[in-house]
Amino acid sequence: MNSQASLFQYILKIADNQLILGHRLSEQCSKGPFLEEDIACSNIALDLIGAANSLYVYAAAIEGENKTEDDLVFLRSERAFKNVLLVEQPNTDFAYIMCRQFLFDTYDYFFQQALQKSKDETLAAIAAKTIKESTYHLRHSGNWIIRLGDGTPESNLRLKTAFTNLWCYVEELFEQDAAELDLVAQGIAVDTQSIKSQFNSHIAEIMQTAGMEIPRGIFMQSGGKKGVHTEHLGFLLAEMQSVHRSFPGVKW
Amino acid sequence: MVKILHSKEVSFIWDILNEIPDPEIPVISLVELGVVRGVEWVDTQLQITITPTYSGCPAMRMMEMDIDQSLRKEGILDFKINMQYHPAWTTDWMSESTKSKLKTYGIAPPQAHTKQRIGALISDAPTEVPCPQCNSVNTKLISEFGSTACKSLMKCNDCLEAFDYFKCI
Repeated sequence: MNSQASLFQYILKIADNQLILGHRLSEQCSKGPFLEEDIACSNIALDLIGAANSLYVYAAAIEGENKTEDDLVFLRSERAFKNVLLVEQPNTDFAYIMCRQFLFDTYDYFFQQALQKSKDETLAAIAAKTIKESTYHLRHSGNWIIRLGDGTPESNLRLKTAFTNLWCYVEELFEQDAAELDLVAQGIAVDTQSIKSQFNSHIAEIMQTAGMEIPRGIFMQSGGKKGVHTEHLGFLLAEMQSVHRSFPGVKW
Repeated sequence: MVKILHSKEVSFIWDILNEIPDPEIPVISLVELGVVRGVEWVDTQLQITITPTYSGCPAMRMMEMDIDQSLRKEGILDFKINMQYHPAWTTDWMSESTKSKLKTYGIAPPQAHTKQRIGALISDAPTEVPCPQCNSVNTKLISEFGSTACKSLMKCNDCLEAFDYFKCI
């Protein structure tokens, strides 16, 4: 892979995470447990999709051939999406949604912080913008973890189940292939190993406050970064892309 | 032949832009909000540089359309609107007079300098936010996410009014 092609793939990995999680969260719009929380989830979804948009604009410019951000979002098929498995997992109960959010927000906060130092100026500038929003996201989901874990026996049980079910997707967040490690060496990509200890210590701190234990002995799953997804992504894309595919090139 | 309107001074363009209200907070202009970062003539083309407030803010498209319309009204047809991410937009750019306009409008203006606020990853409590209605500082945060991306929802414990707080970013 030449360096432009690997930069393009790297941007897609970052953007796809934001987009797919943003879309998942947007499915909650009007279904929040109460009005303020509904608004919070919609706001966060909007931030995530907005950050993805900035990245896709950049990726489309690299790809050239008059491609636009819409081509990347609406006209790629499942195997071309490079998001991690965590973000595509379907909404179940609120504890699960917040747990998924908390795991991603924690990763994303430290990731964006490190990406601000990228030698790629556009990526660094977008990260500097995104980190301000990520901070609000992380505070929001972290507070919910504490509130649910430290709440009723029912909320505690649901959160515990959520952590048990989602923990298998944590390791994939930090996986890097050869092309990405090449970008790390050039100072463009984030060395995910360097943010792992910050990730672990924030997760541990919040979980301890919430009276939660970190699940042990979980077999780790991965594949998303290579385009091998769980069955849930296809359904998400079918819905997200349906209008654009039914009316190709439609504008409004 | 129509003379190209290159004669319009950059300061005149700033004045035009300063007349365009924020689509969601009409008491302040796009210039006061800090969205407009630069105005310059490049040969015969006017280039306007803007920066997004929030990456997903739906008002950004609206702002671009409003700028487009205002310039056309002045007969300026050859222009380009560039989006710039660096330096990232911050509420620290708001002047005191802009903040007081927000307050009069019923939105509590951003309180602290963002550097003091943004790092906190656990605690929720923002710095003291005076109620824009009765000035009491006995106020409570309801949600950090409010009616638009840039606002939190708060409540005054004294006059019991709920109000928007323009959050620090």
